[in-house]
Order: sequence, then structure tokens, then C-alpha cells
Amino acid sequence: MGQEKVLMTGNEAIGEAAIRAGVQAYYGYPITPQNELTAYMSRRMLEEGRVFIQSESELAAISMVTGSSVSGKRAMTSSSSPGISLKQEGISYMAGMELPGVIVNVMRGGPGLGNIGPAQSDYWQATRGGGHGDYRTICLAPSTVQECADLVYLAFDLADKHRNPVLVLADGRLGQMMEPVTFAHLPDAQPPEKPWALTGAKGRQPQRIVSLHLNLDELEQHNIKLGKKYAKIEKDEVRFEEIQMDDAEACIVAYGTSARVAKESLKRARQQGLKVGMIRPITLWPYPYEPVRAAADRVRFFLVPEMSLGQMIEDVRLGVEGKKPVYHTGRCGGNVSTAQEILDELHHCCQKTQTATRV
Amino acid sequence: MSSTTAAKKPKRPHGYRRPDTLTDAPTHFCPGCGHGIVHRLVAEVIDEMGLRESAIAVAPVGCGVLAYDYWKIDVSEAAHGRTPAVATGIKRVQPDKLVLSYQGDGDLAAIGTAEIIHTANRGENITVLFINNAIYGMTGGQMAPTTMLQQKTATTQAGREARVHGNPIHVCELLATLDGSAYLERVSLSSPSNVRKGKKAIKKAFETQLAGLGFSLVEFLSPCPTYWRMNPVEALKHIDQALSKVFPPGVVKDKTREEGKDA
Ligand SMILES: Cc1ncc(C[n+]2csc(CCOP(=O)(O)OP(=O)(O)O)c2C)c(N)n1
Repeated sequence: MGQEKVLMTGNEAIGEAAIRAGVQAYYGYPITPQNELTAYMSRRMLEEGRVFIQSESELAAISMVTGSSVSGKRAMTSSSSPGISLKQEGISYMAGMELPGVIVNVMRGGPGLGNIGPAQSDYWQATRGGGHGDYRTICLAPSTVQECADLVYLAFDLADKHRNPVLVLADGRLGQMMEPVTFAHLPDAQPPEKPWALTGAKGRQPQRIVSLHLNLDELEQHNIKLGKKYAKIEKDEVRFEEIQMDDAEACIVAYGTSARVAKESLKRARQQGLKVGMIRPITLWPYPYEPVRAAADRVRFFLVPEMSLGQMIEDVRLGVEGKKPVYHTGRCGGNVSTAQEILDELHHCCQKTQTATRV
Repeated sequence: MSSTTAAKKPKRPHGYRRPDTLTDAPTHFCPGCGHGIVHRLVAEVIDEMGLRESAIAVAPVGCGVLAYDYWKIDVSEAAHGRTPAVATGIKRVQPDKLVLSYQGDGDLAAIGTAEIIHTANRGENITVLFINNAIYGMTGGQMAPTTMLQQKTATTQAGREARVHGNPIHVCELLATLDGSAYLERVSLSSPSNVRKGKKAIKKAFETQLAGLGFSLVEFLSPCPTYWRMNPVEALKHIDQALSKVFPPGVVKDKTREEGKDA
């Protein structure tokens, strides 16, 4: 795999990018629609002389990630929605222990066992902490197979930079679809030195990595320190794409697969004379509130297509601050809206907002 | 800490002095608790084998949670029961280190049952120090998977009854069925001579790990006077009279011996 583009599924691209990012250990438990990733790693990690374990559960997998991460090595796990629920225990511990690590969620329909169709219904879980306690995890949302690769590679850097778990939030369609992808711009990474790692107390004082702080004031100080880190991440790490927002009178806000579909709706809307633009969040946390806030002064309304009953829409509303109407559209249960359905909804919202201004 | 301490041979290895691997922090353990004894034994063996600078331990959720305050080695935390999974993640990327998973009976045989079975089954080259005190100490004396029949606990107030609460789990015997486990021994902390056997077992377990033979575990029948509602002396007698009858001490599996025979 040199300079040329290769045809790969999103799941495989994630695996290959992780290998280039220097992942030393991968731990996973089978679940559709991310099985290709675990299978890919089972082969490639051993080829590279690195660690692969098919764990007994997602609880164990994330704890194995914890173990390799306290050792100072880059480690990752992947799963889909029900398995990610189990990983929340370990993610909370990792956040408390300030451990880097990459967790990939190839989302499927829920709640419960749901189904194996693509979905975006884990948004709240992914962006609000997910597990117990006062913590946050960086969350990256790819919308193409190429971006699956690029963001997984970035995820390892961000995890190390901030000593924090990073989630990559894809969905079943992205995981399964094949697209041309290149890794030419992703050189074999040199992870940073980690003097805090547990490598045996040779020539130094013993070290510990814990989340337990029995003293109340001590835990409070720890929480405040984490809070400062999160504030810095919010300042430094916001990533998004803006499409034709310069003259936009209506704004779509969408991420991942929804954004792909909505891009086509946007194109068709423009052909029909509707001045539609789009904000595509790439980081779901930290959320790009600023561009949304700025757009709220210019556009008539926002439309938020999601593969859920509407979760990210709450972040859009936080950015809009009540200045303009914000509408949800989309399918759920493993279904994906068509470009036409989103386009129809755009027209519908146009009418609604026109009537609203007339009354 | 000077880097030469680990190599320094104590003049009186069995004399009563604080092992180099043990800090001078007063422990939080109740009077007569077995955790402190095992902490000390582990520290002694680490000293004697010169492993202080290459040891990494994983502390459990339970009364052993503060192990890092008492051992002068690198220590990681784990979520309740996931101790051997964290140890696995450490050992796989640092195969040259001595990796220890220290666990209570709730941690190991209830919430962490899947982790311990699969860690043993994969033959992970780690050593588990398993404190069987037949009770949940940290949370206030509830039934453990190892609680004996008729034993009264906060959640078996009329005594453990098989029909209602299930039967005590024999961890060593259970793990012995798995090909990955190389060395399993149950020891009692009821007397000085038994404690010495415990120390030998720890040493054997560490040697098993260093030789790369696979999973090793030492189970300690360990007193919990506080939640057995006994004084420390009665608790030690109780280990001999009751606990040891349900959980017979001895080597349950020893692949080093089997391989010795083959040779
Ligand atoms: C997920 C989770 N469940 C429950 C607890 C509460 N808890 C802490 S320690 C413990 C059991 C401790 O018993 P054991 O493992 O036997 O160790 P001991 O304290 O007796 O040494 C429990 C249930 C917890 N911390 N986390």
C-alpha cells in the first residue's frame, strides 16, 4: 500500500490507519457491522508483530486497552452500539486515569439489540460522557472512507496530546461501504515519550495510575484539573467543514453518513434556486458551536438530518440560541434518508418559515 | 530510591525487617486482616528475587485497592473485576515485566468471573494473588461467591443457603480445568508455618511467570475478623476449622512439575 489509492471498506481503512498511527495493541469482540475491522486487525496486527486479542467481552477489551495504555503504548478497541455501552465502564476509568486510547463505534440501530442497520442514535452517549462521572471524550465523526482513515490516525495523536480517550463515531454504512482510499499522507507515526507510563520502577520512583481519590478535596481538585483540560480541548480542537455557507439562506447541519446524503440534497436544492449551505461537524465534542452561532444571524432556518429521532439537534439549538427555527429530519431504526427526502424537507421548512414570517 | 536496592541481598532474609518493596505507610487494614500479610509476602519475594524494578501490579476494587500506597512498585488501577484484563493489556506489551493481578473473591469470582477464566484460558503469563476471605470486605461484609454454606453475612443474614444463594465457588479447581493455567496453589494464612508456605507459593508462581509457562494463581485463605465477627485469633482458628475444610489447601495444578516428569 504505497502512494496509490486502494478500494477498501471503512472498517478496513480504520484498521490500516490505526496500524500506521502506531497502534501496538488491538482488543475487540465481534459485533456487526464492525466485524471486518476486528478480522482485519486479527491478521494485520500479527503480521506486524503487534498484539491482537479477541477478548471475552467488551468490558475486558476496554480494560486490556487500559493495561496497554498504562504501559505507554498506543492501544485501541472497536465495537458497535451494544458493545460500546459495555465499554463505558472502562472509558470512564480511562478518563479518570487520564489515559489515551482510541475507541471506534460503528453505530447500529438501537436501543437494546436494535438491529445491524446504520444509525446515529449513540450521539448523546458519545458526546455527553457515556459512562459515570464528570468527564468528556473527544469524538470524531468521519463521513467518507478516506476520512475514516484520516480521523483514526488523528485520534491517536489527540489521545496522546491530551491524555484522554478519543471516540471515532462511524456508522454501519460507512463501515461497510467501499471507497478509494489512500494512506500516502499517513506516515508510520512516532508516538511521543510517556514518562508517566508504568514500565517498572527502574532508576526512578514507583508510579501509579489511578482514578481513586478518597479525599473529597483531592478528587475535587482532580475534577477541576480535568475541567481545565476539557476547556483547552474545546478551545483548540474544534473541527468542521462549511459548504456554500457564504450566501446561504438555509443551513443544513449534519455529520457522518447523514452529511454525505445531505450534500447531494444541497446540490439539488442549489440547482432549484434554493440558497442552501451546510455545516458539517467533524468533532462532535468539542462541538462547532461558533459557526452555528454565526450562521444563526444570517440564515432563515436550520435543518438537522440525523439517523435518529434527533440528538445532535440539541447541540445545534445550543448554538442557535433560539434565534432561528431548528428542524429535525431523518429516519431511524437502521434506515437512512434519501437525498430526495431531505430535499423535500428543505422545501417544507422553507414554506413553514415563510408562513411564520408572514403571520 | 536507589537502583541498587533490589540487587542488595538482605542479611537476614527471614528476620523481621521491612522489605525494601514495602513502604512505611501505616496500612488501612483492620486488625487481624490477611491483606497486610500477603502484601508483605509479595514484597519479600520481590526483594529476594530482585524484581522490584521490573514489577508492575494491578490493584483491585476491594480492600486491596490501596496496594500502591504500600508497595514500592508501579501500580495501575482496574475497574472492579477487570483486574486480569488490565494485567493482560500490560503483559502483552511488556512481556519482560513481572505482572501481578491482586484480587479479592468478589472481584475475581463474581464480577470478574469472565475475565479470570479467559485470562487463565489464554495462558496469560501473569500471576494472580487471590485473597479468599469468603466475604466482601470493602462494602461491609456481604456474601461473596466463596462464602461458605451457613455463613452469616450482611446479605445472608440467616446463613448462606445453597438453594437461595448458590454454593461456594472453588476457584483453583475451576481454573485447573483450563489448559492455560500452569500453576495453581491454595494456601492458608492461619499460622506462621502456613504463611511461610504462602511465601513459597508466591515464589513458585513468579518463577512460573518468569519461565513463560503461563497463568499462575495463588489463593490465600485469608482472615477477615471484622466481617466474620470474630477477634483476630478466633479468625485464624476459623480458617483451620472451617474455611480449610471447604477449600483444602494444596497445589491444585503445577505444570512445572508435569513437565519435569515428562523430561
Ligand atoms: C462495578 C462496581 N460494583 C460494585 C462496587 C462496590 N464494591 C467495591 S469492593 C466490592 C467487593 C469487594 O469484595 P472482594 O472483592 O471480596 O474484596 P475484599 O474487599 O473482601 O478484599 C464491591 C462490590 C464497585 N466499586 N464497582
